[in-house]
Amino acid sequence: MTDITLDRLPHVEPHATYLTEGHTLASWLLTTDHKRIAILYALTITGFFFIGGLAISVVRLELLTPHASLVTDEEYNRLFTLHGIIMVWFFLVPSIPTTFGNFLLPLMIGAKDVAFPRLNLISWYIFVAAGAVTLYALISGGVNTGWTFYTPLSTFFANGNVILAAAGVFISGFSSIATGINFIATTHMLRAPGMHWTRLPLFVWAIYATSLVMVLATPVLAMSLLLIVAERWLGIPIFDPTTGGDPLLFQHMFWFYSHPAVYIMILPAMGVASEVLACFARRRVFGYTAMIFSLMAIAVIGFVVWGHHMFVAGQSPYANLIFSFLSFIVAVPSAIKVFNWTATLYKGSITLKAPLLYIMSFIGLFTIGGLTGLFLASVPVDIHVHATYFVVAHFHFIMVGGTVSAFFAALHFWWPKITGRMYPDAWARFGAMTTFLGFMVTFLPQFVMGYEGMPRRYHVYPAQFQPYHVISTAGAMILAVAYLLPLFYLTWSLRYGKSAGRNPWHATGLEWTTESPPPKENFEHTPIVTEDPYFYEYEQHGGDEA
Amino acid sequence: MSETSSALLREPWTDVTRQKEADSFGFWIFIASEVMFFGGLFLAYAVNHYLHPHAFKVAVQHTDITYGTINTALLMTSSFFMTAVVRGAPAQMRRTTLIGLSICAALGIVFLVVKGIEYREDISKGLVPGAGFPLEPQAAQIFFGLYWIMTGVHALHLFVGICLVLIIDTLVARRRLPLNSPTIEVVGLYWHFVDIIWMILYPLLYLLGRWS
Amino acid sequence: MNTMVRHVWLYPGLIWLGLLGLLAATIGGAYGGWGEISESLNLLIAVLCVGLIGILFMNLGGASVLVRLAAAAGMFWLLFAFIMTASDYLTR
Repeated sequence: MTDITLDRLPHVEPHATYLTEGHTLASWLLTTDHKRIAILYALTITGFFFIGGLAISVVRLELLTPHASLVTDEEYNRLFTLHGIIMVWFFLVPSIPTTFGNFLLPLMIGAKDVAFPRLNLISWYIFVAAGAVTLYALISGGVNTGWTFYTPLSTFFANGNVILAAAGVFISGFSSIATGINFIATTHMLRAPGMHWTRLPLFVWAIYATSLVMVLATPVLAMSLLLIVAERWLGIPIFDPTTGGDPLLFQHMFWFYSHPAVYIMILPAMGVASEVLACFARRRVFGYTAMIFSLMAIAVIGFVVWGHHMFVAGQSPYANLIFSFLSFIVAVPSAIKVFNWTATLYKGSITLKAPLLYIMSFIGLFTIGGLTGLFLASVPVDIHVHATYFVVAHFHFIMVGGTVSAFFAALHFWWPKITGRMYPDAWARFGAMTTFLGFMVTFLPQFVMGYEGMPRRYHVYPAQFQPYHVISTAGAMILAVAYLLPLFYLTWSLRYGKSAGRNPWHATGLEWTTESPPPKENFEHTPIVTEDPYFYEYEQHGGDEA
Repeated sequence: MSETSSALLREPWTDVTRQKEADSFGFWIFIASEVMFFGGLFLAYAVNHYLHPHAFKVAVQHTDITYGTINTALLMTSSFFMTAVVRGAPAQMRRTTLIGLSICAALGIVFLVVKGIEYREDISKGLVPGAGFPLEPQAAQIFFGLYWIMTGVHALHLFVGICLVLIIDTLVARRRLPLNSPTIEVVGLYWHFVDIIWMILYPLLYLLGRWS
Repeated sequence: MNTMVRHVWLYPGLIWLGLLGLLAATIGGAYGGWGEISESLNLLIAVLCVGLIGILFMNLGGASVLVRLAAAAGMFWLLFAFIMTASDYLTR
């Protein structure tokens, strides 16, 4: 069935695929095919990922010593600001939705494309324009406020390209909103016959929930950025305390978006987890309905917890109490999901392929990150660890340990479908394990030093923290290798990889019933769905191969 | 009707009715996002009004109620004509559509002209936040900061609306856009939405606090 | 007057007159010497205007469930923002 020998001859796909329809640059830059747009996005966000990674590499090198060694204070501030802005808005927020969401959503529901294909292409151009403006702002001159743009630093005292950077992020918001509108309309209106809401793969539900958050949260960020631009550029006081304005109002508006934004980053990852686990445990996802409710609960409750970023900012203690309570509540659906993923594995028939290794990494690291979120939701603890490396470690466990691991899992799971090629699984598994190791070495020490008082955003620190920083930097170097590794073997597979066939993983899901790579219209005939998702147990009892 | 129907059909749709439903639904989702966008401004207004009730009461006396009221009436009337267009177009009422769209755009342009005159007067009275702001207390500057931003963002949206209306007016006139196109309904929705925003801005910036 | 003309001009025209009436009412409310309650009146009338335009002009009244859900979601989420922000400012 799956022999290990690798073909060394380049394969010529006998059928026309979305890749062979048009070879000119124009056919790519003017495409309305969701699959090509997904690839355009993938190339773009990969570029941003490495730019953000480069910045933080300099930061981690600087942090090897307790005094300023490589960069000045101002340069350091600009480096971590660049890292944050690029990673949040130009990698994490678009990551899974615009790549795998774009590629897979129509396929998974049995559609030919998304609801508004031209809007889809426009959203990519908006994203590229936004990225260009932001990158220019961050590199020529830079921004030193941190990705959070707090006032009055950003409006009055910061020197640098705050206005331009804010404008770039503002523009990127439109790309997000357009994508969200497209995915919501697609899911409601383009499902194939028989594809009821309760037959949808959990990845589709996850993308749907994410899209709701994108559409409803992003505009408030846009307004908060518009207001700081107005204040800084036109001198119009809104948050200015000298005229009676409240700087905390900015934080309310900013975090109203930025907290749901972290759910934009994690919900798609959770969707990937369900798909991969079901396939490599050969079992349906445990508690499918509870998983749907959890996804939607996270999306909704995620909107009313933002004040936990402001416990020590001057918010009223009563508001602190309410936000703290709700922040504990929002952890419950996430926990339900972790239990259900574990139960999916239980008594499954498990094969430890690379996608599963990445997802196991995801579950472990997301759980640690999530539990430390509960520490931070507790007001007295947060007062102690706010603005320390404890917080930095918490969100990196979730965003990097969680989202990035899931992104790599998705990459390795759907690569055969997207490219028609298999990659060498041994290298991929090595990469997955190296990622996990590198990640733990980088970020575990940060919890400890944060608890002991190491502040975030400082590059000059008391000597007692140096050992932690050295370990962390060493881990970062391992991580860098692990992240660069797939570039090599995945690129190699494009030319030398074994032909994948329709369904190399024997997975359920409509995307696996069509060819790899899929034809431009996705399916030869519109599929008619008669089964519930994840019908793996039936397959084990002598069902047809997909 | 079927030839124009199939002319309206876009990928990946197979059914024009479904496509229209999707266009409508998609645009309402966009409207929901715009509600949140302006909502941010309303929030900023609400918070500052709560924190500085006296300053806001002083400041609101200095917006021009005449211009504000004229503009409100203009937009209400434009919405009336737009409704006639959106209802008349699918019924193949060509003249209604063309005249209605033209009047709509014209009323919108008059709104912007009135706004421009009002802005000029505001500037000559020094009602721009910054040094030389004539009113006390200080927080009145925040009211006027919000005034400029709220009316400015609204005016930008209205300008976009006017452009859209003029474009489809031209396309329909040249028979490049069929009367049953979903685009007309969508532009109508946008126009009404911009009107709705003004319905909220008008009391916030011209009425609240004028009581005695 | 045939049904089409009624549908296209008369009924929207009546709503338009209603809006103008509300405009007069809200100005009267502001200048009528009613005291601070006129602020609530102004806002209430604004909500009525928004409702008339949304339900009758934008045809929310005759729209599909999906469309009405989308409209409701926008307003509902704004409520989240206001209520939770108020939980801070009202308790300081």
